[in-house]
Amino acid sequence: MIIGIDVGGTHTDAVLLDRFKIKKTAKVITNQENLIKSLMEATEAIFDGEDPGELEKVVLSTTISTNAIVQGKTDRVGMILAAGPGLSPEMLRINEDTHFTSGYVNHRGIRVAGTNRGEVSGIEDTFKKEGINHVGIVGKFSTRNPGLETEIADIIDNSFRHISFGHRMSGNLNFPRRIATTYLNAAIWDTYNAFVKNVMEYVGRTNTTAPIYILKADGGTTGISQSAGYPGGSILSGPAASIMGILSLTNDSKDAVALDIGGTTTDIAIFAGGTPLLEPLGVTIEGHKTLIRGLLTKSIGIGGDSRVRYEDGRLVIGPERDGPAAAFGGPSPTPTDAMIALGLTDIGDRGKALKAVEEIAGVKNCSIEEMAKEMFDLVCRKITSAVNEMLLEINNKPVYTVHEIFEGKKIKPEVVYIVGGPARPMAPYIDKMLGFPSCIPEHAEVANAIGAALARTTTELTLLADTEKGEMTIAEEGIQVRIPDGFTREDAISVCEDKLRERALRMGAREDDLDIEVIEDQVFNMIRGMGYSTGKNIRIKAQVKPGLIAGFRKEASNVRQ
Amino acid sequence: MSDSKRKTGLIFFPAFDWAISPTHPEREERLLYTQDQVFEEGLLDLDNIVEFKPGLATTQDINRVHICVPDAPSVITQSHLISAGGAITAAEKVMQKEVDNAFAIVRPPGHHAMRVVHGARGFCNINIEAIMVEYIRHKYGPKKIAIVDTDCHHGDGSQDIFWHDPNTLYISVHQDGRTIFPGSGFPDEFGGPNALGYTINMPFPTNTSDEGFLFTLDNLILPILDEFKPDLIINSAGQDNHYGDPITDMSCSAQGYAILNDRLSPDIAVLEGGYSIESALPYTNVGIILAMAGIDYSHVTEPDYNPEAIRQTPRITQQIEQQVSYIYNLWKNRESQRAELIKGGEYLRRDKGIFYDTDGISEHQEETVRICNECGGLITIRSKASTGNNIFAVVIPGQSCPTCREKGEKIFKSTAEGSYNYIYFQDRDRDIFLVK
Repeated sequence: MIIGIDVGGTHTDAVLLDRFKIKKTAKVITNQENLIKSLMEATEAIFDGEDPGELEKVVLSTTISTNAIVQGKTDRVGMILAAGPGLSPEMLRINEDTHFTSGYVNHRGIRVAGTNRGEVSGIEDTFKKEGINHVGIVGKFSTRNPGLETEIADIIDNSFRHISFGHRMSGNLNFPRRIATTYLNAAIWDTYNAFVKNVMEYVGRTNTTAPIYILKADGGTTGISQSAGYPGGSILSGPAASIMGILSLTNDSKDAVALDIGGTTTDIAIFAGGTPLLEPLGVTIEGHKTLIRGLLTKSIGIGGDSRVRYEDGRLVIGPERDGPAAAFGGPSPTPTDAMIALGLTDIGDRGKALKAVEEIAGVKNCSIEEMAKEMFDLVCRKITSAVNEMLLEINNKPVYTVHEIFEGKKIKPEVVYIVGGPARPMAPYIDKMLGFPSCIPEHAEVANAIGAALARTTTELTLLADTEKGEMTIAEEGIQVRIPDGFTREDAISVCEDKLRERALRMGAREDDLDIEVIEDQVFNMIRGMGYSTGKNIRIKAQVKPGLIAGFRKEASNVRQ
Repeated sequence: MSDSKRKTGLIFFPAFDWAISPTHPEREERLLYTQDQVFEEGLLDLDNIVEFKPGLATTQDINRVHICVPDAPSVITQSHLISAGGAITAAEKVMQKEVDNAFAIVRPPGHHAMRVVHGARGFCNINIEAIMVEYIRHKYGPKKIAIVDTDCHHGDGSQDIFWHDPNTLYISVHQDGRTIFPGSGFPDEFGGPNALGYTINMPFPTNTSDEGFLFTLDNLILPILDEFKPDLIINSAGQDNHYGDPITDMSCSAQGYAILNDRLSPDIAVLEGGYSIESALPYTNVGIILAMAGIDYSHVTEPDYNPEAIRQTPRITQQIEQQVSYIYNLWKNRESQRAELIKGGEYLRRDKGIFYDTDGISEHQEETVRICNECGGLITIRSKASTGNNIFAVVIPGQSCPTCREKGEKIFKSTAEGSYNYIYFQDRDRDIFLVK
C-alpha cells in the first residue's frame, strides 16, 4: 500500500492506494500554522485500522518551503559571490548581506583569478558580527569548476550552521539564477529541516518502517532525509502533484494538454509523448528565477470564481476573486454563475446566479441568457488562447543546430485533459475551440494526492569533459577528476549514466524506476592555432525523467488488456 | 553610457552542427563559449532582452540581391538560409516595433559575398546583411539605410552590392588592406558614379586600439551619419579587431566594442567575423548585447584585459587623425568629384578580377552602369568564372527611373539565349528574377 498526501493552501488531500487501486481518500482543512497536524489528520483518516506492515511508502507534497518564501519567513543568509567580470555587481546583489570577493573561473572552468584569504575572512567577520548563521557561496561558472567555492568555504571556519554551495544546486549555466537558488536554499534551511525532524518524530511514534518521500517541483520524489540537504527542491510541488495525478489517471503516451481549472486560476501543463515538459532552466518563485527543476506550468488568473464585470464597454474577467460564486452566496457574478444560468450545471442557488448575471446584462442592456453566453464564451476563449500561446512558445523555442531547425520536433496535442470544478460544463466548448478532443479523468478530485503517491524518483546530472584540460566535472556531485587523453563521448555518457544511477538510488529510487535518458549530448573539436586539434569538449546531461512508478504502469497495462 | 534601458531582441544561432571544414575558423565550436557566457550571465532572463528563433530566408530573398550561378540552391547550405533568415528575423522584430533594436548572433557570415556569387569567398556565400536590407525595402518600402561595418576585414562584398546605391551608405572601418584579406578598402574606393560618397572606407594601421576606433566613430562616422540621416542604422558587427584574434593584427577590447556600439546605437547588429572564440567573443558579444539593451557594461572585460599593454602608439593616433580628416573632406566634396568622374558620359564600366579564396574559384567581371541622375542606374554584368560558367546579368535598381527600367528590359529581351550559359534579369522594385 502507498499513501499519497498533498498539503495544499486550503485543503490537504490524502489517498491510500492498495495494489495501485484507490482504497480510501480523505480531504481535511489545512492548518497553515501547523502543517504536521494536517498531515497527521489526513493520514489517520485513511490509515486508521490498516496494517502498518503493509505500507510500502508514504509520499508527501508540502507547501512548507513555498509558504516560508511567500510569507517571507526566511532566515538571513550571508552571500559570498565570486562574480568576476560581466554584469554589474549591483544587478547580482540579492539581499543586503551580499558580499563580493575576488576569484574567477572562466567558461571552460579554468581558474583565472584566485581567492583572497583576507577578503573572505573580513566578510566572515561581518557575518558573525551581524549574527548571520546561514551562508551561501556562489561563483560564476562554478558548475564548470567547483574548486573556488569550496576553497572559499575552507577559508571561513565551520561555526556557521549551514553553507549552501552554488555548484550543488544544478548543472545548468545561469549565474543570477544560481545565486537566487543558493540563497533560497539557505534561507529556508532551518524551516525545512525542522519540518523533516517533526515528520520523522511523528513517523517514529507510529509502527511503520515504510520510507517517507517528498515530492519535488519536477514531479519526482526524493527520500525525506536526502531532501533535507536540498530544501530548495521541495518548493512548488503542489502543481507538480496535480500534473502527475492527471498523468496517472489517464496513463497514455500522447502529446497532450492538461488543464486544472480552479476557483481563482487555471493551470496549464503540456505532455510530450506522455511525459510532462520541464521548465528549461528552473521554476520562478516570488520573482526569483531559479535553477530548481520544475514542471512547466502556466497559470492564468481565470477560474470558476473570477469576478466578472463590464468595464469601458467590454466584459472583463478576473484576475481577482471576490469570494465564491454568487450562487454560493458570493458578492460578484462569476463564470460559475454563467454556467448555472445556461443550465450547463445545476449546482448552487440558480436564483442567485441569475440575479448576478442580470446585474451585468443590465449594464450592457441585453438578456440574461445573452450575457451568460458571452461570459461563458469569454472564459473558454481566454483559457484556450492561453493554451495556444503556450504551445506556440514551446514550438518556437530557439534551437541551436541546423538539424533541429529543419527537423525540429513539434508538440501536436491529441487530447486535452481537464480537471477542476468547471471541467464538465466547459470541456465540450474548450475542446471545440482547441480543435482536439477532451477527456475528464476519474477521481480528479484527489488527482494531486494520487500524483504524489505514484511519482517516481527523478534527478539529473550534467557532465563536462575537457580533454585539453584533461578534466571532467560533474558539479552537482562535486566531482572534478582527471581524465585520460583518449576519453570519448561514449565514456562520458557511460560515466554520467552510472553517476546518475548512483545518485537516484541514494535518493531512494528503485532499480526498475531508473528510466534514464540522455538529454544533451554534444562534442566539439577544440582547434587552436592554425588548425591544430587540441582536444574535445564533451557535454552530457542525463536525467531520470518524471514519470510513474514501474509497478503502476505494468498494472495499468494489464488492466487494459 | 546612456542610462535608458532599451528592449533588445537577440537572434542566436551558433549552428553547432555546421562547419566549412573540421578545422576551419568557421567551425562548430566558434560560438560555443559565447553561448556559455551569454547563458551564464543570465542575459536571457533580463526583462528587456528577448530571444527569438531565426526564420528561414527564401530563394526569393537571395535573388533580390544576388546573381547566384547557376542558382541560389547550388551555392548555399541550409545554414546560410538560417543565418540570412536570422538577420531578417532581427529586422522584422525591429520593424514591427516588438523591440527597440536587435542583434543577430548568427553564422555563417556574409560581408565578403558580392552581387555575383560563383562560390564562397572569405568564409561567405551569401551576403546576409544585404539580403536583410533588401528584404526590409521590399516589405516596408524605400528606406535610407546606413551600414557601418566594424569587421576587421574590408566588407568588399557589401561594398560591391551597394556600390551604385545612393540610398545605402556603406561605411567600412578595417585593418589596412595592404596587410590583410581581402586587400581592398582604401579611401579612394568611394562609390559608383550615381552614388559617389556613399561608400566610405577607413583603413586602420595594424595595432590600432579602442582609441583609434572611437576617434573615427566620433569624428568621421557619426558626423557623416548626421548628414545622411538614415532611417535605419545597421552594424556589421565583426569582432575580429580584438587583441586576441588569431587571424588579424588589431588591439581592440570588449570595452571598446561595447562603447562603440553604445555611441553608434544601431537599430540592427549582425555578427560577422571574429575568431578568438575563447578569449574574445564571449566578452565582446556580452558587451555589445548589454550596450544595445542600455544596461551597464562597464564590468565586461576579458580576464586578461590590460588597456596599457594594448594601447596604440602616438604615431598610430596621428596617422588615424590625418586619415579621418582626409576622408571627411572627400565626403564633403563628393558632389564636385562626381561631376569630374562622369564628365558627361552615358555609361561607366569597371573590370574586376575576383578570387574566391574559400572555394578556389577565380572570376573576371565587367560591370557597366548607366550614368543616371534619377536613380542608382541600370547595371549590366558579364562574368566568366574558372568553373566554366559565363553569364550575363541585367540589374534594375530599387526605385528605378523609367528610362533605366525600359533600357534594361530591352537588353534582357534582346540578349540571345545561347550566347552565355545563363542570362539573368533582376528587378528589385517588381521583385522579379528571371533566368534564360
